[in-house]
Amino acid sequence: MDHSELAVAQDGAPVEVLRREHGVLMEVDPYRIDKKKLGMWIFIISDACTFAAFLFAYGYMRIGAPVWGTPFGLSSIVNGVVMTAVLLSSSLTMLAAVRAAQTDNKNSAKKWLGATMLLGAIFAALHLREWVRLIDEGWRLFYNPTGGAAQFGATFFSVTGLHLTHVVTGVIALAFVTRGYNQGRYDQGHVETAGLYWHFVDLVWMFVFPLMYLMNAH
Amino acid sequence: MAETTAHAAVHHAPPQGFIRKYIFSIDHKVIGIQYTTLSLVAAFIGMVLSWAMRIHLAWPNAHIPILGWLSPNGAPGGVMTPEYYLSLMTMHGTIMAFFVLTAAPMAGYGNFMLPIQVGAADMAFPRLNMASFWVTFIGFLLACATFFIPDGPPLSGWTAYAPLSAVGSVAGPGQGWGQNLWGLSIALFCVASLLGSLNFIVTTLDLRTKGMKLSRMALSTWAWFINAWVSLLAFAVLLPTCLLLVLDRLAGTSFFIPGGLVFNDQLQPHSGGSPLLFQHLFWFFGHPEVYIIILPAFGIVSHIMPTFIRKPLVGGWKVITFAEIAVGTLSFVVWGHHMFVSGMSPYMAMVFSVPTLFITIPSVIAVLVWVFSLYGANIRFDTPLLYSLGFISLFITGGIGGFFLAQPSTDSYLHATSFVVGHFHFTMGLSAIFATFAGFYYWFPKMFGRMLNEKLGKLHFWLSFIGVYCVFITMQLTGMTGAVRRYSALVDDFMVPLLPAYRFMTIAALLLGAAQLIFLYNAIWSRFKGPKAPDNPWGATTLEWDTTSPPPFDNFGGRQLIVYHGPMQYDGEKSEMQTSPAPSIAGT
Repeated sequence: MDHSELAVAQDGAPVEVLRREHGVLMEVDPYRIDKKKLGMWIFIISDACTFAAFLFAYGYMRIGAPVWGTPFGLSSIVNGVVMTAVLLSSSLTMLAAVRAAQTDNKNSAKKWLGATMLLGAIFAALHLREWVRLIDEGWRLFYNPTGGAAQFGATFFSVTGLHLTHVVTGVIALAFVTRGYNQGRYDQGHVETAGLYWHFVDLVWMFVFPLMYLMNAH
Repeated sequence: MAETTAHAAVHHAPPQGFIRKYIFSIDHKVIGIQYTTLSLVAAFIGMVLSWAMRIHLAWPNAHIPILGWLSPNGAPGGVMTPEYYLSLMTMHGTIMAFFVLTAAPMAGYGNFMLPIQVGAADMAFPRLNMASFWVTFIGFLLACATFFIPDGPPLSGWTAYAPLSAVGSVAGPGQGWGQNLWGLSIALFCVASLLGSLNFIVTTLDLRTKGMKLSRMALSTWAWFINAWVSLLAFAVLLPTCLLLVLDRLAGTSFFIPGGLVFNDQLQPHSGGSPLLFQHLFWFFGHPEVYIIILPAFGIVSHIMPTFIRKPLVGGWKVITFAEIAVGTLSFVVWGHHMFVSGMSPYMAMVFSVPTLFITIPSVIAVLVWVFSLYGANIRFDTPLLYSLGFISLFITGGIGGFFLAQPSTDSYLHATSFVVGHFHFTMGLSAIFATFAGFYYWFPKMFGRMLNEKLGKLHFWLSFIGVYCVFITMQLTGMTGAVRRYSALVDDFMVPLLPAYRFMTIAALLLGAAQLIFLYNAIWSRFKGPKAPDNPWGATTLEWDTTSPPPFDNFGGRQLIVYHGPMQYDGEKSEMQTSPAPSIAGT
């Protein structure tokens, strides 16, 4: 792994250098962004395109359907609002964790990371409860019990399923980061990079919730 | 300036075991060679498939014994059925477009050369890099596996148009597990490409050595960098497209399958889906894909040419690079030109026709840069340059066909003919292959430390160049007479007189394929017996020539390079390495 150390320049002055994976030394560039962080940004751009394709398919199906159907009643919307609140709060706790890690307050960072994972897990549980309820009512990927377009189940389950997969993956990733951070293998940069992912998943929900829930409320 | 001294001599030892060194290696150079080798194998398979198709087109009753052995159902007695012809066509397209044209010039050479060209010791994420290759490898095995399942490969084309690809085995042989494996294979290829692009972008932005400003990067690095962005956005859409297709096939959803559809006298239990949605999603990937194939070719040719014409390209690094950026950007707004005859609104056809004509502007600018740069140059006609010129020629020829296809009025006539097949073979298939050959002849000494045989290289070039024109110009001409693409035989009366032309193409294609044996012999013989390559056999200026051939494990033997100027420091016989502090010649 890269780490910086002090070397001696030709004029005898100490200079901070970066030791690379294979032992190569390079001068530290103050403008160079951490590669993990940059990698995460690039991943986020790409993942956003994947979500966009799913949402495009949803819009295309919805506009093309003669009868779409709006199955969500008050209880679903309330459930969705609670889920939204939970996920938004988890972004705040993630922010607190990153801030704590940056000030080397390890215990506080671990606590906030724990809170973030807990909120993520609550979100996933609420979401699965919603899924189970819909499946009990007869909704399937290929079947609409209210007689409207069969694409409702297909788009709802695939879009929210993709998002849910991201949340669950995020919770697991946070667990690994917390463990590594606790053991000193990971530093605050890892916490921040995990935080970037978490905020992205949160941001995606800000599109999914109105498009999949609010627009389908009766 | 602070030069680091004694510390630089400390190295991590390179891995010693055979498996860590050559198979599960995290060294970008080994991974680059692995990708190149995979592409070479894939290209051979794809070429053999095209032979089988061409033989069948010219002599419909010809027995091809190996096909009878490979698929007793698809080719009973060695004579292929029309369905099996489509299966071979599908796999020819899939293997060539993904595992050869997308993989070789980008993942193959890019992996090997990009970190060296920016002065880094490896990719930003070496383990991710290894994962990219092995995921690609598994995807390739899955694609090949379709030949060995009872139904054979899918027959829906490399574009896998729904609903044919979406309804399952009722749609024909290969549409059961063949198409499932195809979907899985391409989904894996998407994942590998996304990881690879991420790695390329981060490496280019983050690991450039001291003094390597963006404006000083090698032109091939620039092209790979731009291309990584295009791949990142395009494959991120193909992946969900594959997932939705698989949902339609396996989970009973109807994203792409309309209601009331009857296949084989069976009403399909679907309703409300849209085949056009599939085409929109696919071509949103698919059109950038042809630029994903051609942009590395732009880069390789722009990188090679200054070395052999001994002067900078006209317009310096800027004109060619901005042309590439324009091509990459515009490639995302032209996808609808594949759908002029798909039932899309005619107004939408106009919307997509205009940017399609616009995208020719940066393409033409690039061509003019290459052509004008030749003016007044002291040209060295070595094989890499011949192949670069061949690329330019094929790209122009293909591009001219593009004008007719970009306009809905002429495209309506030409769309389903072999004119289109000839067009895309010229403009992205073979021109990219020629650029790949240019890169191979140029970088082989660096990759393997041996020189290729120059005489055999030139012979290979001329035979390939003439062969390609014989096959594909004839294909475009037959297309103008109305020869329908995807037909396995000349069944319509108006097509029967084309038989001599078809036989000419088939014979030319077989000879063209045979000429590739010269290349294979040259590569294998030179790899072991060729004369030892010096560090910089071409008198080039970029960082890959500033180290041994082949480079050591950490690329520069612990040296930290400092770059003082751009790559095109040529003045006749003189040239300056990018690391030379005080350039004596004016270049860019």
